[in-house]
Amino acid sequence: MTENIYWIPLLPLLGFLVNGLLLGKLPKRVVSLVACGTVGGSFLLSLMSFLELKAMPPDLRLIEQTLFSWISSGDFHVNFGFLLDPLSSLMILVVTGVGFLIHLYSVGYMSHDSGYGRYFAYLNLFTFSMLVLVLADNFLFMFVGWEGVGLCSYLLIGFWFEKKSASDAGKKAFIVNRIGDFGFLIGMFIIFWQVGSLDFMTVAAKAPEVFVAGGTLVTAACILLFVGAAGKSAQIPLYVWLPDAMEGPTPVSALIHAATMVTAGVYMIVRVNAMYILAPDALLVVAIVGGVTALFAATIGLVQNDIKRVLAYSTISQLGYMFLACGVAAFSAGIFHLMTHAFFKALLFLGAGSVIHAMSGQQDMRYMGGLRKYLPITFGTFFIATLAISGIPLMSGFFSKDEILWKAFSSDYGHPILWALGFITAGLTAFYMFRLLFLTFYGKERMDEKTKSHIHESPKFMTIPLMVLAVLAVVGGWIGMPHIFGVTNYFEAWLEPVISSAKPAVGVHMLTSAGGDTAMELMLMFSTVILVGLAIFAAFKIYNKRPEVADSLADRFKTPHNVLLHKYYVDEFYGAVIVRPLIYFSLFLWKIMDVLFIDGLLNGLAKLYEGISETMRSVQTGRLRSYATVFVIGVFILIAYAVIE
Amino acid sequence: MIDTTAASIDFSIIAPEIALLAAAFIILVSVYNKKMRNLAPVIATAGLLVSLLIAIEQMGNPKTGFFGMVTCDDFTVVFKILFVISSLLILMFGRRYFVSKNIDRPEFYALLCISTMGMMVMASTTDLVVIFLGLEIMSVPLYVMAGMDKRSLESNEAGIKYLIMGAFASGFLLMGIAFIFGSSGTTDLRRIAADFQFIGENYQLYFNAGAVLTLVGFAFKVAAVPFHSWVPDVYQGAPTPVTAFFSVGPKAAGFAALLRIFNFGFEDMEFISDIFWMLAVLTMTVGNILALRQGNIKRMLAYSSIAHAGYILVAFAVGGSAAMSAAVFYLFAYGLFNLGSFAIITQLEIRSGCKSELSELSGLSKAHPYLSAALTVFMLALAGFPPTVGFIGKFYLFTAAIDGGFIWLTIIGVLNSFISVYYYLRVVKVSFLEKFEGTFVPVKYTPAMMAVLLITLAGTLGLGIFPEKLLEISRAAIFAFL
Amino acid sequence: MFEQLFPILLLFVVAAVLAGVLISLSIFIGRRTKLGKKGQPYECGIDPEGTTREPFPVKFYMVAILFILFDIEVIFLYPWAVISKELGMFGFIEMLVFVLILLVGYFYILGRGALKWD
Repeated sequence: MTENIYWIPLLPLLGFLVNGLLLGKLPKRVVSLVACGTVGGSFLLSLMSFLELKAMPPDLRLIEQTLFSWISSGDFHVNFGFLLDPLSSLMILVVTGVGFLIHLYSVGYMSHDSGYGRYFAYLNLFTFSMLVLVLADNFLFMFVGWEGVGLCSYLLIGFWFEKKSASDAGKKAFIVNRIGDFGFLIGMFIIFWQVGSLDFMTVAAKAPEVFVAGGTLVTAACILLFVGAAGKSAQIPLYVWLPDAMEGPTPVSALIHAATMVTAGVYMIVRVNAMYILAPDALLVVAIVGGVTALFAATIGLVQNDIKRVLAYSTISQLGYMFLACGVAAFSAGIFHLMTHAFFKALLFLGAGSVIHAMSGQQDMRYMGGLRKYLPITFGTFFIATLAISGIPLMSGFFSKDEILWKAFSSDYGHPILWALGFITAGLTAFYMFRLLFLTFYGKERMDEKTKSHIHESPKFMTIPLMVLAVLAVVGGWIGMPHIFGVTNYFEAWLEPVISSAKPAVGVHMLTSAGGDTAMELMLMFSTVILVGLAIFAAFKIYNKRPEVADSLADRFKTPHNVLLHKYYVDEFYGAVIVRPLIYFSLFLWKIMDVLFIDGLLNGLAKLYEGISETMRSVQTGRLRSYATVFVIGVFILIAYAVIE
Repeated sequence: MIDTTAASIDFSIIAPEIALLAAAFIILVSVYNKKMRNLAPVIATAGLLVSLLIAIEQMGNPKTGFFGMVTCDDFTVVFKILFVISSLLILMFGRRYFVSKNIDRPEFYALLCISTMGMMVMASTTDLVVIFLGLEIMSVPLYVMAGMDKRSLESNEAGIKYLIMGAFASGFLLMGIAFIFGSSGTTDLRRIAADFQFIGENYQLYFNAGAVLTLVGFAFKVAAVPFHSWVPDVYQGAPTPVTAFFSVGPKAAGFAALLRIFNFGFEDMEFISDIFWMLAVLTMTVGNILALRQGNIKRMLAYSSIAHAGYILVAFAVGGSAAMSAAVFYLFAYGLFNLGSFAIITQLEIRSGCKSELSELSGLSKAHPYLSAALTVFMLALAGFPPTVGFIGKFYLFTAAIDGGFIWLTIIGVLNSFISVYYYLRVVKVSFLEKFEGTFVPVKYTPAMMAVLLITLAGTLGLGIFPEKLLEISRAAIFAFL
Repeated sequence: MFEQLFPILLLFVVAAVLAGVLISLSIFIGRRTKLGKKGQPYECGIDPEGTTREPFPVKFYMVAILFILFDIEVIFLYPWAVISKELGMFGFIEMLVFVLILLVGYFYILGRGALKWD
């Protein structure tokens, strides 16, 4: 299988072509068969190539495959090439695996939608682009996938484009991402300028020679790349599009805006970790942005009432964890959390989708409650996912989050403050997740009678993916248990070949790490568990036992509550500081610069040219005599020139 | 390395030409039989296909024969392939048009084969006399084809004008060859190239004059200003598929001869770069500016073809393998999207009474949405927009020009491209935005027309995204004689 | 420079002078009588009626053109005949091919009826 990696992205592309070209001509059954079949097929292929890779000795686990040369201009060569190594093989497993489950789920979820074929065509196109993104062997080809997923995200957020809020959200996502792409592109240019290649392997190999460790250029390149990552992965200050992206169909939120696409930024940073190791300042920026985003988004998540929005902020917060891990050079921990997060967050979203499906489209948790007995499977799986994300011991989220916290504290790039950011976030996470759980599944049934009569457990197509994901959310973390448990960390060992082993340049980092030993690690782990336990208890007390406490709390802390409810007024701030002036500026450009100046100039030029054209036409008389004359005059001038020379 | 002294009589070298000639003969003799007459297009297609296959077989196997008169290297082969493919495409979409205009005669197919053969001869020699021979074999059928619609005054006019101007230009060409022969004592470019230093020092005047006159002869064929004046009248008057044929094959053949002569034979001639410079600027500018005000699409495309010749002449001014391979690439690219545009015009002209005026396109997008989408793609390609191959072609050309230090020429070229956007997009604008009064009679596509449109579309877009392979081929062609 | 240019200049001058001389010779030496009869195409015989641009059957052209074609091409046989011994078999075959090409043309015009007079 490893000889033909290109089939993995090709299959979904074929699915897209079939569904896209025959839009509206295929029956739903065929559409879903094609869509799920192709993604399922590429999951099987990914699994096969993963196993083959695993059978090889660790040093040789790297397969590069060039399909053909794409651009070749002077020294600039770019191929359509795929790179299969432990990192990308893991990513394609997550993308195709979770993707396949979500495709299945969509069959049930979208069954009544009129845009069924369009939906699956987009979804397949997304899978294709995402696979290109993770399999690409160079920056530019990765950028193709990067833009491809951006496009699909835009199309799917605005899937119900008749709704103004949906199409606005699509545009917002697209534009905010464009800002990030700008950084990504410039970062890419710097790398090409300095290294002379865009191949990941070449860049990784040459970076230590070309760049001065801690130098300005490498730091700038890494920070610019991170700007791109922040756009795609919704980090401060470019996170604003993700909550709005919840306008899309829920399976889309699960696949694109939780499990796969938004993690592309993390993947990209790990992909070029060899460069980040050379730029400790850039790493610090990544760590701080990640940690602060984690905390910031978690606080907003505390008070949101829309079930999907809570999950959206939770996604931002968890992505912050991943960047925190990358920022302290714990790249494998970041990827580990990426994977476990893909499982439980996809599950949470799909569960939320199932709830919304049952509630006839209602997303506000204030009108839910007591759904436990109506939706037993949804509740069970949702409960497991909540445990996982909160970091209850032995669930997948526990291992990955704990590793990040420990690395934030102890790694050479870590610092107790970074740890503290993650630590507080862990408590907040547990609190808002259990708040969500209690508001939705426990307590009084607050929905109206009509909705209540419609509540039903979702069809099998939807519940089976839930159950599979629930299993993964529990066991997914077991492959990466920490060393102190006396077991091998298989995950870390697997990723070892792709993680740069370069030691940090001494003295170039602004923070000093605290270091630590086993006892410390155990103590920190224990304190996190206790904090989480307390948070769950508090959520239980407030939202299950005495809901009125919540209101009185909100009353007493009116100002902070409002600030949180309005998401720190960031959207309003961006509107006033960036969007409004831009609108005025563009009005000026339009009315004054464009209409008066440029149009006038252009129209004048066009008139001028048309005049010249009209004059010159008179030479073209249609008479052979004049043609021959022009001809001979030309000959004479040329000969004269030749002779004078 | 090619053995230049070989005196072998090796018919395998000219097998593609023989195949075409045989097809033409069969068609000519078949006029006795009514059934056979209707088979003419099939016979021509078969001949072209056989010729194409043999030509491909010849790739990578340079040979010379017939006392050094015929040379078949990769350069030759690449151009042979270009000629045959363009003729094939025209065969595919031409028939329907001729039938609808009631001028479908077997002679056309024979002439097409013979003319294509002439182009091949032009590309497959290093001898000036043989080049001239090829030029005439190619041109004489063209004159007849231009005047093929004998009931149409415009077509007659086109034929006569083309004939007279063509004869006129041939005179200059012959004069040039005579001068060159007089100064160098040979017509073989290889020997001229070898003795260049000597000839240049002793007979500079005659030699330079000869070079310029030769240049004029081919400048006429490729429609460079000021030797272009026949182009608009002939392009407009000739039946549309014939016009399409004019705009690709003979033009490419003319450029092939220019490449052979000026990039190989007279490689070290310095002042010629200035002449190409002037011609390029004039050709681009006049072509584009005159195209601005044309109301007839065929006439507009005629000027556009002049302008495109100007872009290619930029490569000649620059010189060097990068520029030359860019020129070959551009010829292929231009062939694709230009044939595509002409195919669409042909499809529209099948409606009776259609004179391919621009105003006749209004409302096209309603009646033929796919056709107008394809037309848009071709117009964008002509204007040089990504992701079409038109962009890539211009990109390589101008990159080579900048690398060669011809900054000003590049700037003029780019400015000209901007001007051209105006009239290309006007076609798109009319077909999409202007309303049409009356009823638009839809015309059914023949499978062959469909195939032509799909091939040219796929080529225009496909090569625009993945130009690498074609560029490799173009480079191979140029390195064949370097 | 001048030495090189001189032959060409001379050529131009000679051509111009010769043309000028010939024309002026006929102007000055030639006797001119401005009689009405002089204006007529024929000094004797029937007076022409109407214009000379009378349409007449294209067949005349066809025959004339075809005659020229075949006549001139046959001329190529003479040089071959002179050195046919040296060229040997190769020359003979080449000539056969040449004649074959002519023959195809001949059969074509026959088939098209270009030689039919009615």
